[in-house]
Amino acid sequence: MALPLITPELVALDLQADDRDVATRALIDLMVAAGRVTDADGFHADVRAREAQMATGMPGGIGLPHARSEHVVAPSLAVGRVLAGVDFGAPDGPATLIFLIAAPAGGDSDHLKILAALARRLVHESFRTSILQAEDAGAVADIVNREVVPS
Amino acid sequence: MKFVAVSSCPTGIAHTYMAAEALEQAAAAAGHECVVETQGAAGSSPLDPAVIAAADGVIFAADLEVQGRERFAGKPLVDAGVKAAVHDAAAVIAQAVAAVEAAQASGRPAPVSPAAPAAPARVVGTGTRIRQYLMTGVSYMIPFVAAGGILIALGFMLATVAWGQNGAIEVTKVDPSVLWTAFEWGNLQHWSVLLFRIGATAFGFLVPALSAYIAYAIADRPGIVPGFVGGTIAASVGAGFLGGIATGFLAGFLALWMVRWNVPKGVRGVMPVVVIPLLSTLLAGAATYLIIGPPMKAINDGLTSWLDGLGTGALVPLGILLGLMMCFDLGGPVNKVAYVFATTGLVNATTSTDRPAVIMAAVMAAGMVPPLAIALATAVRPKEFSEAERESGKSAWLLGLSFISEGAIPFAAADPFRMIPSFMLGGAVTGGLVMAFGSGVLAPHGGFWVTPLISSPLLFLLALAIGMVVSAVAVLVAKQIGRNPEEEALESAESLAALAGKR
Repeated sequence: MALPLITPELVALDLQADDRDVATRALIDLMVAAGRVTDADGFHADVRAREAQMATGMPGGIGLPHARSEHVVAPSLAVGRVLAGVDFGAPDGPATLIFLIAAPAGGDSDHLKILAALARRLVHESFRTSILQAEDAGAVADIVNREVVPS
Repeated sequence: MKFVAVSSCPTGIAHTYMAAEALEQAAAAAGHECVVETQGAAGSSPLDPAVIAAADGVIFAADLEVQGRERFAGKPLVDAGVKAAVHDAAAVIAQAVAAVEAAQASGRPAPVSPAAPAAPARVVGTGTRIRQYLMTGVSYMIPFVAAGGILIALGFMLATVAWGQNGAIEVTKVDPSVLWTAFEWGNLQHWSVLLFRIGATAFGFLVPALSAYIAYAIADRPGIVPGFVGGTIAASVGAGFLGGIATGFLAGFLALWMVRWNVPKGVRGVMPVVVIPLLSTLLAGAATYLIIGPPMKAINDGLTSWLDGLGTGALVPLGILLGLMMCFDLGGPVNKVAYVFATTGLVNATTSTDRPAVIMAAVMAAGMVPPLAIALATAVRPKEFSEAERESGKSAWLLGLSFISEGAIPFAAADPFRMIPSFMLGGAVTGGLVMAFGSGVLAPHGGFWVTPLISSPLLFLLALAIGMVVSAVAVLVAKQIGRNPEEEALESAESLAALAGKR
């Protein structure tokens, strides 16, 4: 794959956000700056639509906004740590770790396989803990790109 | 224990795979084994039938209708939903273990009818289920509406070229046998007849397909035959798409009830091939003829004599009334009464400014409102609609312009309580306005393509445009009323699945 799923500039280690909309937008802006999303508003609307269907908060302090969208250039992950926590609708409280997943609308199956592999890794607590404890953005990107391998 | 599972979610990129991983991990942690088929956006590799055969139980962690659920027939099933599997896979596995143990404890061997969906251990809300059935029926019906409607519209357009301004009328009068007895390759009239007839045939499957695939969603394969037959009879007794919805549910639950019969071993083999198709079709067909049919006739007779009794004195109220009727069931019994009332009146009209011609124009314009309103609504607020609905909305322009009210049925069938009143409002406005403006037409169909035959055509189009806008606004407002997130998730899930062509 030409582009790695994540690069250090797609990691926000200390994200300040009062609600999930702001947190999501901050991560979207990182993707726009990295040239992976062409239209911040358009993609944000798609993510909001998905979030409105069923909140993506997961037990263990995870928020997982995501969408397939025509505004996405390449399959991408942005990671944000919100130390104060931000509500993503999970039953056990606010999320401290936010994964924004962007999938191109016309994604071929290689694209989708890497995202599937990412989703599978996200379930593992060890994976999440290692990201939560990573020292810097580069380490987060390294962990993701090393552990997420399409089967 | 060994389990097999299916996971799916609305977007198909995250929860599908998280649920799969979580189930596999949780099963392993509890000393069991779970193999998951992910029905997600990356496509799915089907479970090996041997693995399914060896499994003690089945888990559905699926927010979309499970594809190929008949493969799991007869095995203890837990229908958990994708969220439960992601959030607490261990609990879902425990539930599955309990379901297997309960089935073993009951001592009765699991039913082996090959096409029977097993009874879910956890029942999803009735409202959601009903909606799921409707959406499945609609998603299979949409291609028939699109193909048939567009071919009819193209036939009308070509006929206007081939015959001149009367074309849309002439094309319907040509006996189709000309197509296989005297077809001339250079004859545009014949080509327009060809397009029109193929389109009309495809359109004829609208109600049967709706009925068949609602029944399919309920009972899986055994539902299809009684559903198709019941739907076709519903169409022939003039019950329209609402009748088709009724026969779909009837046929589906009849078939579902029959596949659950506990029959002696020797008979089981012939149940799915002979007994169930025979009995379910007999009962569904008889019920449609004998129970659904008579009220249709009563509605028809009652409304017709009532309309005749009203007289044509107060034109504007009559226009409003006819508009309401046209848009109520889109080709069903009430619609038909209004339409026939207008067309039979035409024999008393000689010019397009006569009263019966004005009534005809009001009826035609009102019947064009629902598909045009849907087309407009999906165009200005695409975010409010699912992908499949947006596509339907595009072809609805052509269907509306051709006075094919049925173009709005996919929307009306999927969400009748919000859509039908919105359509009726727009139809009433347009019907009343046409009467007030006094536009008239002697042609009983053709829509926009017979505009040259309409007196005061611009006022006719203005009345149509106003009703269209009113109805589109009403549709968008109605979509905001009383929605719940579950419903929306379901809708976009269905449309994604329909687009992926996997259903």
